[in-house]
Amino acid sequence: MQLSGWGNFPKAEARVRAPRKEAELADHVAEGSAIARGNGRSYGDSAISPRNTIDMRHFDRMLSFNPATGQLVAEAGVMLADVIDCFLPRGWFPMVTPGTKLITLGGAIAADVHGKNHHLDGSFRACVDWIDVMGPRGEVTRCSRDENADLFEWTLGGMGLTGVILRCAVRLRAVKSGWIRQEMIPADNLAAAMDAFEANMGATYSVAWIDCAAKGDHLGRSLVMLGEHADPGEVPPRYRATPFKAPRHRNIPFPINAPGFALNPLTVRAFNAAYYRNGARQKGTRIVDWDGYFYPLDAIGNWNRLYGRRGFMQFQCVIPQDTAREGMQRLLSAISASGQASFLSVLKRFGPQDSAFSFPMAGYTLALDFPRSKAAIALMPELDAITLDHGGRFYLAKDSRMPAEILAGSDPRAEAFATWRRDRGLSASFASLQSERLNL
Amino acid sequence: MTLPVLILGARSDIARATARAFAAGGHPIQLAARHVEGLEADKADLETRYGVEVTLHDFDALDVAGHEGFVDALPSLPAIAVSAVGLMGEQAENETDPAKAVTVMRSNFEGPAVILGVLADRFAMRRSGTLVGISSVAGDRGRASNYVYGAAKAGFTAFLSGLRNRLAKQGVHVVTVKPGFVNTTMTAHLDLPARLTAEPQEVAAAIVKAVEKSRNIIYVRPIWRIVMAVIKAIPEAIFKKTSI
Repeated sequence: MQLSGWGNFPKAEARVRAPRKEAELADHVAEGSAIARGNGRSYGDSAISPRNTIDMRHFDRMLSFNPATGQLVAEAGVMLADVIDCFLPRGWFPMVTPGTKLITLGGAIAADVHGKNHHLDGSFRACVDWIDVMGPRGEVTRCSRDENADLFEWTLGGMGLTGVILRCAVRLRAVKSGWIRQEMIPADNLAAAMDAFEANMGATYSVAWIDCAAKGDHLGRSLVMLGEHADPGEVPPRYRATPFKAPRHRNIPFPINAPGFALNPLTVRAFNAAYYRNGARQKGTRIVDWDGYFYPLDAIGNWNRLYGRRGFMQFQCVIPQDTAREGMQRLLSAISASGQASFLSVLKRFGPQDSAFSFPMAGYTLALDFPRSKAAIALMPELDAITLDHGGRFYLAKDSRMPAEILAGSDPRAEAFATWRRDRGLSASFASLQSERLNL
Repeated sequence: MTLPVLILGARSDIARATARAFAAGGHPIQLAARHVEGLEADKADLETRYGVEVTLHDFDALDVAGHEGFVDALPSLPAIAVSAVGLMGEQAENETDPAKAVTVMRSNFEGPAVILGVLADRFAMRRSGTLVGISSVAGDRGRASNYVYGAAKAGFTAFLSGLRNRLAKQGVHVVTVKPGFVNTTMTAHLDLPARLTAEPQEVAAAIVKAVEKSRNIIYVRPIWRIVMAVIKAIPEAIFKKTSI
């Protein structure tokens, strides 16, 4: 069947099977060139192997929960949305969550995803106690910080290339309500936005929506949004009796691929300007529900269709703290000068990260999306070069187009990862279009 | 105390989704299937997700002589019993291999009918309960592409209809479920029309609602009622020449 990531590019014809039992899964893995696929939310070609893509969504059982430690043991195909559905009513929430809840635990580990609390808590890795990984011959190895530690480290952020993630133990966070106290700080330019991040390193959550179309003195103007889990007393009165029960958001499916011109530099610029003005009016503190705060885009089913049939590209890099101000300034100048405005752009301060191949590092990350237009494609090498110049690196879960040299140049760990895979005899067994493109 | 929901043929995608849907409503669950020890993870899943009690029971739908004993051995008589027992088989094989055809007939008609019949007697004695039989639109009219399966489902549909009629005055309700196409791995390689194809979770939600509202016969996606009405209305002289 034809398969693509969330960005609808690239599309590839792939053999996809969805086993139900470990024995079936082992048979598929034995055929080689296998890649496990979760809910297909990575943007590019990370979860596509033309010969052997394995849909893991039938492995969706929760196996145990320990309320004393908050540890949930579950199969890799369990979605974050299910975890929230089952455990928020009991006062628990994922310790780390990206901007969508429609991802599997296996995918969260493979990409070692990050959330709005990275500056304090680190990446998804922080909540993972152990992982069961199926190797080339169907053997299952449990790995943790103490046991098979190298497998554990490479599996986090290893994009499914260390084996099939089968089960895991993750710790949840105890929360007092399903609501978030959000503080909105409008920042008129990049420096102000970064100052706001630095001044709020103690906030549990922080993220900025950034207007990539703004120019000149307003370059990088942003809405910095801080968040704290709200106490039951802060919950809006009509929900106070059941503080974990937030209003359900209607899921509005985006029905069709939008025509190619729907998102053009003009409409994107207009949207961004309106979004900023509207956000600036909401300056200050208010109480918002968890779904709207963490997952605004999940309310629009298939929002990726907004970009039309050609699909879109994500660009996400991180630039280390000491060069971040200059690097971000240059990235935004290049984008602004190109006239290629990104529809949804996010800036975030990362905290320290110590792991084998995960994306984050202490500094600033910028996430952008562009329709797959000629002009946007032409802009990518320029953004790659600026990132490299400033000692930055790239997020593989978003990547669909990076040349192997750029990855190698940005991240010496890629070579080490490929070597480790070779030494362990994994290279032929586990592969994706992305791993082949990037020589992993 | 809430009485449990018994899921017969608990290994299928529809059965798993149905167990979850009832457990989410706070019902204890009895999972019954062959080699039921393989469902330990599903038991753990229902307990972890929904905090309900789950028990496992070995059940072979084709061992009809053992059905009375199976029901006797249940720790408690369930409030609701759902039969998700069934076997699609390969039509081509069913045409040439009588043993295979018999297995399809027994798995889709004899087994499910006998066990629901046994449960019906117990429910009638208690004067309460709901029986749910998952039949199929394939039973609405025999077609060349799957008439062995379809005929067995037609038998099951008729059985459920009669059972409903018999039990109507005894406080026991019978629901007939006709799912239509369902998106399972077995159909993943087929190009099923999206508007006609339900997810297992949709089937499960429809079953829970049908039980709550005491519906008699449900098509999971309402469009199937129309599709099958059209198929049934085609005169036989024309129908026999079609390939639907």
